[in-house]
Amino acid sequence: MSVLVDKNTKVLVQGMGKTGRFHTDKAIAYGTNMVGAVHPSRAGQVELYTGETDHSGVQGRDDTYSVEIPIYRDVVEAVAETGANATVVYVPPPFAADAIMEAADAGVELIITVTEGIPVADMVIAKRYLEDKNVRLVGPNCPGVITPQECKIGIMPGYIHTPGKIGVVSRSGTLTYEAVHQLTLNGLGQTTAIGIGGDPVNGTNFVDCLTMFNDDPSTEGVIMIGEIGGTAEEEAAEWIKAYMTKPVASFIAGTSAPPGKRMGHAGAIISGGKGTAEAKIEALSGAGVVVAPTPTDMGAAMLEAMGG
Amino acid sequence: MKIHEYQAKALMKDRGIAVPEGVVATTVDEAVDAVGTLIESTGNPVVVVKSQIHAGGRGKGRFKEFPDLGGVTVVLDGIDGGVDAARAKVRDLASKMLGSTLVTIQTGDEGKTVNTLYIEQGIDIATELYLSVVLDRSTSRNIVMASTEGGTEIEVVAAETPDKIIKEEIDPAFGLLDFQARRIAYGLGFEGDAFKNGVKFLKMLTAAAVELDTDLVEINPLVVTTDGRVMALDGKMSFEANALYRHPDVVALRDPSEEDVAEMEAKEYGLSFIKLDGSIGCMVNGAGLAMATMDIINYVGGEPANFLDVGGGAEKDQIAAAFKIITADANVKGIFVNIFGGIMRCDIIAEGVVAAVKEVGLEVPLVVRLEGTNVELGKQIIDESGLNVVSAQDMKDGAVKIVELAR
Repeated sequence: MSVLVDKNTKVLVQGMGKTGRFHTDKAIAYGTNMVGAVHPSRAGQVELYTGETDHSGVQGRDDTYSVEIPIYRDVVEAVAETGANATVVYVPPPFAADAIMEAADAGVELIITVTEGIPVADMVIAKRYLEDKNVRLVGPNCPGVITPQECKIGIMPGYIHTPGKIGVVSRSGTLTYEAVHQLTLNGLGQTTAIGIGGDPVNGTNFVDCLTMFNDDPSTEGVIMIGEIGGTAEEEAAEWIKAYMTKPVASFIAGTSAPPGKRMGHAGAIISGGKGTAEAKIEALSGAGVVVAPTPTDMGAAMLEAMGG
Repeated sequence: MKIHEYQAKALMKDRGIAVPEGVVATTVDEAVDAVGTLIESTGNPVVVVKSQIHAGGRGKGRFKEFPDLGGVTVVLDGIDGGVDAARAKVRDLASKMLGSTLVTIQTGDEGKTVNTLYIEQGIDIATELYLSVVLDRSTSRNIVMASTEGGTEIEVVAAETPDKIIKEEIDPAFGLLDFQARRIAYGLGFEGDAFKNGVKFLKMLTAAAVELDTDLVEINPLVVTTDGRVMALDGKMSFEANALYRHPDVVALRDPSEEDVAEMEAKEYGLSFIKLDGSIGCMVNGAGLAMATMDIINYVGGEPANFLDVGGGAEKDQIAAAFKIITADANVKGIFVNIFGGIMRCDIIAEGVVAAVKEVGLEVPLVVRLEGTNVELGKQIIDESGLNVVSAQDMKDGAVKIVELAR
């Protein structure tokens, strides 16, 4: 069991530039069921991916792979032809919000957006467009979503993951890898790891992921990695206090960040005294979450939260 | 990206939004010349001399060189003494302010040099209000925030009298609707001409915020004049970085003297860099990890000298540039490289670090922590490089080691 993605997920890719193709190849090597791509001016072509299988991914495959990815003119056509139920967006920032809305219009249930640097105003419009549609957007500016040995969508290194019992949700890519790596080393493993992204406007937030993990029978605990900026962590703390039945560990980046400076991520900024790490840590601790003092202690914090 | 008050007001004026008459001056003579022009065209003998820096609190701020002089000073001399008296006063003020250092609650103790003045007409103020347009992250929409407590920081109002803050959410599909603008106008107590002008002001300001991709427009104070006009007495605008590519006219307003040289250089190499006050230089991949690296240095008793994210796909050139930027800071007593190689292989990073160190030279201790893809190979490259580099087992180990070595 897992959340969002599993071995039945059929994935499209939007944005077939250098990054999109590189990660399409990595996903196929991992065993993700990549079924097609969308590119208006290359419709009708087929792209061949071959290489050595990444055996840390889906088990029981040959040592090499050779997969043809058909290219469609738009998402509606791609869905009709392939039955895709997820898409990953690598489209460059000026056009990415349109790609998201196109996928939503075509009814793709899960839209994972890796693109970094989408104008906030474009995302405000895209979120408005998605409001009454039954689709889920993850990201933008995120590493993606992975269910170990079943499905990898995004840019995360597959081999650091191992199937297990912890749900991981994070605003930061590399800190997700740190957490996942520690969970692999301490034997807890992961059910699904979700990067929700570092932008101020995103599709899926902490509460959405906590809800999914809380409802997922195979998830026994959750690591939630936050950072300065906004109040998503405080809102998560409220939710945890009221509804969460499973242990939660956390790390919040940015205790040493100066106010008013954007720390790399568009959303990582303390403004008007709001969004400090201290306030988030206090809210989470108050909700019974074990907050790791440093990122090196995330795995240990999870063990502690689980009563080990 | 931030701009000056006079630039924000020019953008507003272009869009029909009421602002006082003003003239920009970078020399004393320009400032003096502005006085006659303003008094003549407005008929108001009062002018205001306003320092232009990218920081708030200018009115209450004071100059290092002239501790009694405020960053924004009202010149009343014209009331009794006429234009010549006003000119003489402005000459005195401008010659003191230009080139001097203004310290406000937002500049820090070092303050900021004033290179530009904005000479503005005096306004007969009936009431002072607050207005802003800002992104509300929990609803993913822009909101208009207004308050009758003009001149006070909105954070203070929010903390002390939150019921005095009026909020209206802007639906991106429709913009601020007329009834919403009226609701804000009622809340601010606008009546008669001021009501009509206020609604118009609100509609135009929110439209400008959307058109220009601002991440903040703040009018504090927004004033109602004694003759019922509604005007932006101050104007602060900042622009959302991801959208700057579609606003070349806004990018042209950038004031390089307000920006950190190292931060601008880093940007050219695709690096995300922020200068801090500590002594431990950091080079990290990923924004979250870079922030967490600063935190952990702090946690073990050190002080980070910078935030630096080399990104997910850093090439050798970028790593070399990152080293140059870090070592150019004389405060740096040690460097901590912290990499979690995902798609990026550790051996490539290690080669980049070794090449960069050989090229740039290294006079301070360097601790490298590598984890992830090809980590063993990466460590081997570092160990066999013959460079004075210390390997770390994990992040905390690395932080402890560099803080120790930099002492």
